[in-house]
Amino acid sequence: MTPWLTILALVPLVGSVIVALLPGSRPTLAKQFTLAVSLITLALTILMALQFNGASTEPFQFVESYSWIPAFGISYSVGVDGIGLVLIALAATLVPIVVIAGWRDVDANSGGSVKGYFALILALETLMIWVFAATDLFMFYVFFEAMLIPVYFMIGRYGGPQRSYAAVKFLMYSLLGGLFMLASMIGLYVVSAQVTGQGTFDYLSLVGLEMDPTAERLLFLGFFFAFAIKAPLWPFHTWLPDAASAAKPGTAVLLIGVLDKVGTFGMIRYCLPIFPAASEFYAPVVIGMALVGIFYGAYVALNQNDMKRLFAYSSMSHFGFIALGIFVFTTIAQSGSMVYMVAHGLSTAALFLTAGFLMQRANGSSLISDFGGVNKAAPVLAGFFMFAALSSLALPGLVSFVGEFMVLLGTFQRYLIVGGVATLGIVITAAYVLRLYQKSMTGPLAPKLVGMPDLSGREILALMPIVVLTLVLGLFPAPILNVINPAVDRVMTTIGATDPTPTVSSDGSGQ
Amino acid sequence: MSILAAVNVDVPFTLPIVDYNAIAPLLILLGAGVISVLVEALLPRGSRRFIQLFIVFGALVASLAWIFTITGVRVVTAEGAIAIDGPALVMQAAILVLAILGALLMAERSVDPSGDAFAARASALPGSEDEKQFTARGYLQTEVWPLFLFAVSGMVLFVSANDLLLMFVALEVMSLPLYLLAGMARRRRLLSQEAALKYFLLGAFSSAFFIYGVALVYGYAASTKLPAIASVLTAKPGQTSLALIGMALILVGLLFKVAAVPFHQWTPDVYQGAPTAVTGFMAATVKIAAFGALMRVLYVAFGGMRWDWVPMLWIIAILTMLVGSVIAISQSDIKRMLAYSSIAQAGFILVGVIAASPAGLAGALFYLIAYGFTTIGAFAVISLVRDESGEATNLSKWAGLGRKSPLMGGVFALFMLGLAGIPLTSGFIGKFSVFVAAVASGDTWLVIVAVVASLIAAFFYVRVIVVMFLTEPGPQTASVEVPSVFTTIALAAGATVTLVLGILPQPVLELVSNAGLFIK
Repeated sequence: MTPWLTILALVPLVGSVIVALLPGSRPTLAKQFTLAVSLITLALTILMALQFNGASTEPFQFVESYSWIPAFGISYSVGVDGIGLVLIALAATLVPIVVIAGWRDVDANSGGSVKGYFALILALETLMIWVFAATDLFMFYVFFEAMLIPVYFMIGRYGGPQRSYAAVKFLMYSLLGGLFMLASMIGLYVVSAQVTGQGTFDYLSLVGLEMDPTAERLLFLGFFFAFAIKAPLWPFHTWLPDAASAAKPGTAVLLIGVLDKVGTFGMIRYCLPIFPAASEFYAPVVIGMALVGIFYGAYVALNQNDMKRLFAYSSMSHFGFIALGIFVFTTIAQSGSMVYMVAHGLSTAALFLTAGFLMQRANGSSLISDFGGVNKAAPVLAGFFMFAALSSLALPGLVSFVGEFMVLLGTFQRYLIVGGVATLGIVITAAYVLRLYQKSMTGPLAPKLVGMPDLSGREILALMPIVVLTLVLGLFPAPILNVINPAVDRVMTTIGATDPTPTVSSDGSGQ
Repeated sequence: MSILAAVNVDVPFTLPIVDYNAIAPLLILLGAGVISVLVEALLPRGSRRFIQLFIVFGALVASLAWIFTITGVRVVTAEGAIAIDGPALVMQAAILVLAILGALLMAERSVDPSGDAFAARASALPGSEDEKQFTARGYLQTEVWPLFLFAVSGMVLFVSANDLLLMFVALEVMSLPLYLLAGMARRRRLLSQEAALKYFLLGAFSSAFFIYGVALVYGYAASTKLPAIASVLTAKPGQTSLALIGMALILVGLLFKVAAVPFHQWTPDVYQGAPTAVTGFMAATVKIAAFGALMRVLYVAFGGMRWDWVPMLWIIAILTMLVGSVIAISQSDIKRMLAYSSIAQAGFILVGVIAASPAGLAGALFYLIAYGFTTIGAFAVISLVRDESGEATNLSKWAGLGRKSPLMGGVFALFMLGLAGIPLTSGFIGKFSVFVAAVASGDTWLVIVAVVASLIAAFFYVRVIVVMFLTEPGPQTASVEVPSVFTTIALAAGATVTLVLGILPQPVLELVSNAGLFIK
């Protein structure tokens, strides 16, 4: 059996080391090599995904397990279900796109070395793959925390004027969550030692562990806190706008598009199955946080003059939808959340990258008020921007619509009022997205932008895959749903939740 | 009745039974120390350095090698005064390995343009005409080596002392040379002498507490042997007030050595004033020796009074973690910052001590080993960061250092991440081990406080990385000297262990858990 996941994680790691060792005087070579490595990783991911058996009854596929630290019952164990697979694929897709889009983002006078930035991207890819593939809780935690280091340097060394502050804030917030998760994880280990006599971090052994309700709730809180900071949910979001606006567009794509998904991934992979009763107990609180986040994020986005901050708040609003979908405990909403995670990754990438291209043409300004009439000078850029904006507001036909619609549908099944309120969030989303487009792209051309060039071939090459995926998966979401649905069904079975029976009977006559 | 009548003159004097095989590592070191003194006294100055280094490294390696031949020995010898058991052997070996690294740092001579890091003549008054002359003539001394060997001997004895009186002797054998070593910096003589004097006065004060505590405990148990105290405690459980006071005083003496709050006041001044190589050596090894003695006293002698010392140590551990971490944030001198960091780390290790379980002991041992290597590596880097006035320990001179010298900056960043306990470094596994032990013993809230303290501590470790990597180098930025093979080995060993114990900790985890418990 081929150790797919280990190979997948090691390829970028080896690439990263090689890039770091390349001579600093040849930045182009470092970029080309990084691109090659990321494309090889993507090709391997596709090869692996093709062998994934959607009908399998095994909880995880491509399983590998080796003893790592037996003193604490820790093993190197990897394996993916549909959810993990889809998120690994998302990461593997976005990395080459970010490399192409960020080809000119870093140069000799941007603070750090060029090869350093690209080596960090590859190192981050390795950690992302391991985080989504880990089936040992300790291993998940290690990579969950280790991921902070490359991102910290990517923001802190290569970011904008506020980079140092933003990087430290990001790191401290994430460490805060991570350390509480550490305490909970240790608690869980001790509980498992008390129950089974042998402490373990093996995911499948931890699922279904009998524990005292109070302990379960406390342990749940430790995990949830870490994931809520990571995702981020209101009110643990304040690091995100700073980090997003200080980071390079490519860094922001990986940060919000993939890394933050570890938070929502963690909720559905760890919080729900390991602490089912506590999840149910806290669900109303989480749903409340999600709803506030949807509206608060959208409302702040409505009043933002900084594009990157606007995207950050808009992401926060979208993360509200994702968390809502996870915690209403219906199959369709949870599947919707998973689709939404992919969709949000793609639309965030499109938004940040087009905005990045735009900012490069305006001396790095990200203020909406500095732009205007871009569609006259650079129609192609404006067109991609429009597409990204529509993808963000979940236009029917795009993959984000599939996700959002399923989340709302699933919410309505269980909580009519919550569903109704959440739907209103869509309206505000449309408002800020269209306002952004109108202010920056239409109207008379801003004087500073006269003579700005349209998108180059490289930039179009970076954006095209996102557009194609958004459209194809929007019109034909079956490939994703087929792999996600069995995984979500398993989560629902594990936590013992059942979908509410429809209140309208099948013959349509009502009750 | 006369006193003489009480002595039974008919009983022939019997020699104490000493297991020389088990205490040979100690004897090798003491013997080497004596020879080293003779070398210093008898040989001409020019030939001393080579011979001294030969003796020091020879003795350390021989002693370490001997320990590897007696790994299975579990024995109480010298009439119950010395206990050679698993934890003692592990700690002795760790002390010796770290002492080798410390000796490598102290042997460095190619970094400081004026020779080495030690005073041309320690007895000359700082700023006096004598001192200027000696320095101008470029005198280089080797008197640190006998002191070093006696300090290491003291530590090796300290972790295996099974009798409070012998423990006191070991404490002094360890401490007195260290007081002197702290005062022997070649540059910034006043600061160095102030450090030595402070260390000596406060150390003497804490020793007095210790010996007074021993006297009271003797009054209670009529013995200074640890197992004997334990058995008296079991026999007379109700009348422990004398033992309680005595134990508290002994703990003051030991907690002073581990730099726990509120007995930590000496730490920042001594860490800052002592020659950096000595600071590194001391920070790594004294911590192990003192925690070894602390745990032996608590577990072997006062295990029966667990419910008396656990609440006391809870408060001290919480104070130590929080005070150390919070005050470290405001430090602008890297050596002082690491001093407060060492205080905070002592608090984390105390969490493992409080667990009072086999897992807690193993966790504390692992933590001590991990901490020792990372710390000695960090001080090795500090000894290389210099400007024209000597070592540049002010953080403002570290601005942009990581960009000027990426390799050294990267290694120091690794040490900072290790001390902060970021996963994939040894510090994380150390924290993880003691936290697991504490939660398993029911000290969950202590672990939650420790987690908060870890976050505060992470802030100042990360700040160093910010200064090194995220700020632009300026004209005041120090440069990193290229060291000789001595410092390079120590540095490489520190970095390797920090990383390897973070990724593949199993062999060492096995070592510390197979070491078992203190012999009773």
